[in-house]
Amino acid sequence: MSEAAHIHPEVAVSHDVHHGGDHGHHHQSFITKYIFSTDHKMIGKQFLITGIIWAIVGGLFSVLFRLQLGYPGQTFPILETFFGNYAEGGLIKPEFYYALVTMHGTILVFFVLTAGLSGTFANLLIPLQVGARDMASPFINMLSYWFFWLASIVMLASMFTQTGPASGGWTMYPPLSALRQAGDGSKIGADLWLVSMALFIVSALMGGLNYISTILNMRTKGMSMTRLPLPIWALFFTAVLGVLSFPVLLSGAILLLFDRNLGTSFYLSDIVINGEILPNEGGSAILYQHLFWFLGHPEVYIILLPAMGMVSEILSVHSRKPIFGYMAMLGSLFAIAILSFLVWAHHMFVTGLNPFLGSVFVLLTLLIAVPSAIKVFNWLTTLWRGNIRFTPATLFAIGFVSLFISGGLTGIFLGNSTIDIHLHDTMFVVAHFHIVMGVASMFGMHAGIYHWFPKMYGRYLNNTLGYLHFWVTIIGAYLIFWPMHYQGLAGIPRRYLDKSSWLSFNEFGELDKMITVVSIVVFAAQLMFVFNFFYSIFKGRKVTNPNPWGANTLEWSTPINPGHGNWEGEIPEVHRWAYDYGKDGREFIPQTEPIGANESKH
Amino acid sequence: MQTFFIVVILALGFLITFQIAKASEYVGIMRGEEKSRKQTNKVNAFLLLIFLIGGMIGVYYCNERLKGKILGAPASDHGVNIDTMLYITIAITGVVFFITQIILFWFSFKYQESDKRKAYYYPHNNKLELIWTVIPAITLTVLVGFGIFYWFKITGEAPKNAMVVEITGSQFKWEYRYPGKDKILGKKYFKQIDDAANNQLGQLWDDPANHDDIYVTGEPMHLVVNRPVKLVIGAKDVIHDVGLPHFRMKMDAVPGTPTTMWFTPTKTTKQMREETNNPAFMFEISCDQMCGRGHFGMRGEIIVENQEEYDAWILSKKPKYLTVFPDKDPAKQKADTTKPAAATVARN
Repeated sequence: MSEAAHIHPEVAVSHDVHHGGDHGHHHQSFITKYIFSTDHKMIGKQFLITGIIWAIVGGLFSVLFRLQLGYPGQTFPILETFFGNYAEGGLIKPEFYYALVTMHGTILVFFVLTAGLSGTFANLLIPLQVGARDMASPFINMLSYWFFWLASIVMLASMFTQTGPASGGWTMYPPLSALRQAGDGSKIGADLWLVSMALFIVSALMGGLNYISTILNMRTKGMSMTRLPLPIWALFFTAVLGVLSFPVLLSGAILLLFDRNLGTSFYLSDIVINGEILPNEGGSAILYQHLFWFLGHPEVYIILLPAMGMVSEILSVHSRKPIFGYMAMLGSLFAIAILSFLVWAHHMFVTGLNPFLGSVFVLLTLLIAVPSAIKVFNWLTTLWRGNIRFTPATLFAIGFVSLFISGGLTGIFLGNSTIDIHLHDTMFVVAHFHIVMGVASMFGMHAGIYHWFPKMYGRYLNNTLGYLHFWVTIIGAYLIFWPMHYQGLAGIPRRYLDKSSWLSFNEFGELDKMITVVSIVVFAAQLMFVFNFFYSIFKGRKVTNPNPWGANTLEWSTPINPGHGNWEGEIPEVHRWAYDYGKDGREFIPQTEPIGANESKH
Repeated sequence: MQTFFIVVILALGFLITFQIAKASEYVGIMRGEEKSRKQTNKVNAFLLLIFLIGGMIGVYYCNERLKGKILGAPASDHGVNIDTMLYITIAITGVVFFITQIILFWFSFKYQESDKRKAYYYPHNNKLELIWTVIPAITLTVLVGFGIFYWFKITGEAPKNAMVVEITGSQFKWEYRYPGKDKILGKKYFKQIDDAANNQLGQLWDDPANHDDIYVTGEPMHLVVNRPVKLVIGAKDVIHDVGLPHFRMKMDAVPGTPTTMWFTPTKTTKQMREETNNPAFMFEISCDQMCGRGHFGMRGEIIVENQEEYDAWILSKKPKYLTVFPDKDPAKQKADTTKPAAATVARN
């Protein structure tokens, strides 16, 4: 800590452009460079690698519960070897199944797609693309990572408790999550889940405030807000959403901790559990859902917006064309950010919500489809008459658009309260949000990793493995989630680990097997990517051209392996927007190039 | 041993894939990076086109395989409305889906990198952008309009002649209560719940409305065909959800906050058995809100029958009050008037 603290003034000094030249030469020990680093690039890598580790854990969990869904009642002796009495005789117990589902959701939504995606790229891209030497407060930025790390440790610890981790679903609705008597997952696991989440929120707030202040205050000369590359705008709105909505989840989590441990009745009323009459009266279980979804819905966009921003950038760079409708893209980002705060109750249409209120939320929810449609049409027009280079990043970006269309359209079903009555909490919902938020954002993240890996490590990822990764993943994603909609239309509820006792739901045995097999294949492809990632950090082909993609943005004006402070010498000045591709017969014009005398206007 | 071999085979597969990938990179460099990059570009552009065509065939095939497995025609009046709304939405989103996906992959294929073409500098076009703001907005207005129209129809007040049934969820079963002749559900209070005293719902016996209420559990709920029913929904411990897939209805059961929902069953169980050619057919109640380890097996059943059948069934049921206080039973009082002390015993 003290070492980190004494670095801070140095970093502050380095913001002064005149001293930039001798930056990066000061001595750094292993600890200050790789562990308690205040360099935004290193912190970004820390977020990414932690996120990758979590993604492996969360992905593995999904494979395990898919085994149960595809082959209910079958024994897998290997599971007993690893999980002991959770899987006695190799059979996944219901408690274990629900713990897996809950952890899968929590890990993927918060640790992978919030910290791993937005944490990584906000850290990496914001200073590099706005032209700053580091974040507004590198020290708080470092703390942001370490709070995330603490949250990770607490969550991990909960998996090794005797009664297991939280198992009330990733939404953790009380009273199920509030009452120890309700199940094993509602014992110590739930407390640890809440503590971990509180730490995570602290991390998200520290990160978010830093991102906002860096973008607003530390742009280089000439970098007006409307010259910012779209990933920065997306990350800006993401940070705003996080700062405004995460505290609400924190309050929800703390009230739940009180109900669990201090005998309060915020969420509890009229409860008799296992014959025991509880004294609580007057609380509302629905209050938690309001608090949860007031974060929960913006959270969807916290996950999705960075992916959208990066996809916009990558599609433009690799089709060698400006992004179509920059201002419209910006406006739609803004509209999505605003609307995302006004739609949370569409998760609660069947909780007994006042029908009039429900109808207002229908209107606001379906309104989000308008900015989303604008974005899709603009991406399509960006590809039109381009000269597209299919790097793995481009393919993942195209895959993102395809998945966003598919998953976005099914959102129109669920946002409509009338249809939601039937489809609520069925497999249709699972299919919808996995496509539009889970897989699509994961595609955005992969696109970002393939695109900026050369900037992160000065080496390339192996392309062949990259292509294989893309094709297996997109085909697999559609095979897994497309037919799942039909299960939802058949009314099959979520979180049913065995449907054999039901007359209406037991017709999909073959399908469940197919989905399980495909998910194992897709998981293997992700492991291959992880291998490629770590192998290429050390052995990948070296980058020789500081601007390998021929891109306009500032990060490519830094040295191939930029030190702390990013630019040797002065921070470059910006003279134009980031999307002058194919203008006046020139393939690309970097932002740093002054406007020529005879240049045409756009 | 088998697991070991699977692991070895997987590891080998990994290794081989990786070696090929590494080799292909070297070969690429030897043949000239630019040339091999262009070739890969062509391959991937072609694959995108194949993916589009394959995907469209897949969508068709998937529909052919699975469309027969979804529930069939709805068995309630609201269900018909919900299905209509569903099919309107499928039609509209389906058109958008096919158009945009085809454009996405077709553009990707058509505008793949070529030495002959220069990318077209086309940063914006306000007219185009206005068009694709207005068209989705209008389409969505239509959807919202239909949606809210049906929504108010479904969530509005239940008709006056609706029968009332109370349904209560707890880990992991459903219990039902019928209001009896007075058509009023008696008051209850959760602190009176006592399985030992045979008062599973916490009914307050001071309330005379409770005296004819009929409690049913462990057997199907009975409803009358073509007669609206209003369900009064509650929960004892955690949140559950009354899911009625065949009626297309759903409502949470929240402890402390009673909810309601109403609908009119339009098909009897017998009719459904004939229609589906399945003599074992039953309307099922599924719990749709995660409620603990037994969530996936929290199943209830509903029998929809005609009025006479229903009357016969309900007449065979004795009000709960009379089971708890057998001495108050008029039938019993006639037969056996010599044991007036039974009531106090049961009360304790």
